[in-house]
Amino acid sequence: MSHVTTLIPPQDPPPAPPRSFTAGRFFGNVFLGVWLALTVGIFLMIVGGWDPEKFTRYGPSYLSGLGVTLLLVVCSVTLGGLLSLPIAFARMSKNRLFSWLAYGYVYFFRGTPLLTQLFLVYYGLGSFSAELKAWGLWWFFRDAWNCALLTFTLNTAAYQAEILRGAIESVPRGQHEGAAALGLPKRIAFFKVILPQALIVALRPYGNEIILMIKGSAIVAIVTVFDLMGETRRAFSRTFDYQAYLWAALLYLLVVELLRNLWAWLELRLTRHLKR
Amino acid sequence: MSGIFAAIAGAVSAGLGIIDPLCGPVGIFTLFAGNTLLACGDAGWGDEIAFGFLVTGSLAVATLPIGLLMGFFIALAKQSEERSLRLSANIYTTLFRGLPELLTLFIVYYGLQILVQNLATTLGYPGAVEINAFFAGMIALGVVFSAYCSEVLLSAFKAIPRGQYEAGYALGLHRGRTMRLIILPQLIRVALPGLGNLWMALLKDTALVSVIGLPDILRQTGVAARVTKQAFEFYTVACLLFLVLAFLSSLVFSAIEGWAKRSEVAR
Repeated sequence: MSHVTTLIPPQDPPPAPPRSFTAGRFFGNVFLGVWLALTVGIFLMIVGGWDPEKFTRYGPSYLSGLGVTLLLVVCSVTLGGLLSLPIAFARMSKNRLFSWLAYGYVYFFRGTPLLTQLFLVYYGLGSFSAELKAWGLWWFFRDAWNCALLTFTLNTAAYQAEILRGAIESVPRGQHEGAAALGLPKRIAFFKVILPQALIVALRPYGNEIILMIKGSAIVAIVTVFDLMGETRRAFSRTFDYQAYLWAALLYLLVVELLRNLWAWLELRLTRHLKR
Repeated sequence: MSGIFAAIAGAVSAGLGIIDPLCGPVGIFTLFAGNTLLACGDAGWGDEIAFGFLVTGSLAVATLPIGLLMGFFIALAKQSEERSLRLSANIYTTLFRGLPELLTLFIVYYGLQILVQNLATTLGYPGAVEINAFFAGMIALGVVFSAYCSEVLLSAFKAIPRGQYEAGYALGLHRGRTMRLIILPQLIRVALPGLGNLWMALLKDTALVSVIGLPDILRQTGVAARVTKQAFEFYTVACLLFLVLAFLSSLVFSAIEGWAKRSEVAR
């Protein structure tokens, strides 16, 4: 009787089949090459045109511009959030008049460009300077920053009202009924049962709205507010150096990406009880 | 020969003039604003603003196909098996969704100008090159639109089950035909609401192009406002015109949605 005395030594796996060179791979490499070339080009442009004098002169003003942008966004989003509450409730109310008024408000502010609204407030209301002076409101509308804040607040209030309404209406009917069956009063049911669930739904749209506001706030540069975009335009008009825009792009990208990642983390954290 | 073309062009513009909704014989400005600042012709600003309306509309309409096509291919690239293709598509969307539209517009406008100028100088063309504002606006808005569009289409692609592709291949259809005959019709149905939102955003973003000097609604009303010193009235007109555009496009979109869902209506 014969039996095996030696085991077959372990063998190498067969070689992987060669990766075929598909069209997708070709285009992927080409596009990556384009990005790489662009990055190198921009880097060389910055190195080649590096001017410490310009940097010390305009660097601080970029930072102060970024501060103005962020301050504007934070103020308008907060104030808009407060203003959006009555609008959202009016929109959901059974009273025809209220719901139509709120609908008209939201339709106007979501249907027209922010730039047009800004011009309407800054130049349009500015043409009533005599009346505004008589009412003692001129100090407010004289300043472009205040006008921008007012416009952005009104605009974001319309968007946030829609976000809030959508979120509250997305809470299933059974939740209302369950709260009623437990004998909770309407108000407590709203704050303890409906709103927490609605806000989780609204979290992502709120984040998007803040990012949209940061990006949208660039237009205040047109009405002479020196935010990041305004400082950039000023630097460009003095130096005619294309780098001015690239630095602004870098700063905006940095802020938006930071916020996006922060929001993703926040969402992950706040919805961890919903994970299966 | 050129006489015939001129005659045809004249006839077409006359035909369009009759149905011109703002300044034609039955236009809104002609009927209701005959003796005001909005009158058409030399007396008022009606015809200038009507031209701006046309420019805004045509800019948005011209941008749409570019953005849709680019967005479609970027969405395809994002779900490709090839890492480098996915990476480059993701860089593209991160970049253009993170930048303010105004900044993108400036970067495209001045960047293109510098690029073309350098190219022309090396080729031996001595004069100064000027980029058309309409063209620059179209490129910038198209790039931004395509970045958002690719996200919408990507999530729509994910909503289509794998079996649909497999069924296409089982029927012996080539990849392109599977895409065109089986996937695309369903894709449109899923993606339409998202694309509608993007179209509205595009319509509103066209107002930014007035900053680089394109005579759109906002620029024309702004000029009128500065000359007549009646800023509030003219900017209100601008807002109303944008609302009209938004309202018209919501009508068109609900019609398209009905068309795309016509197979589901019978049930």
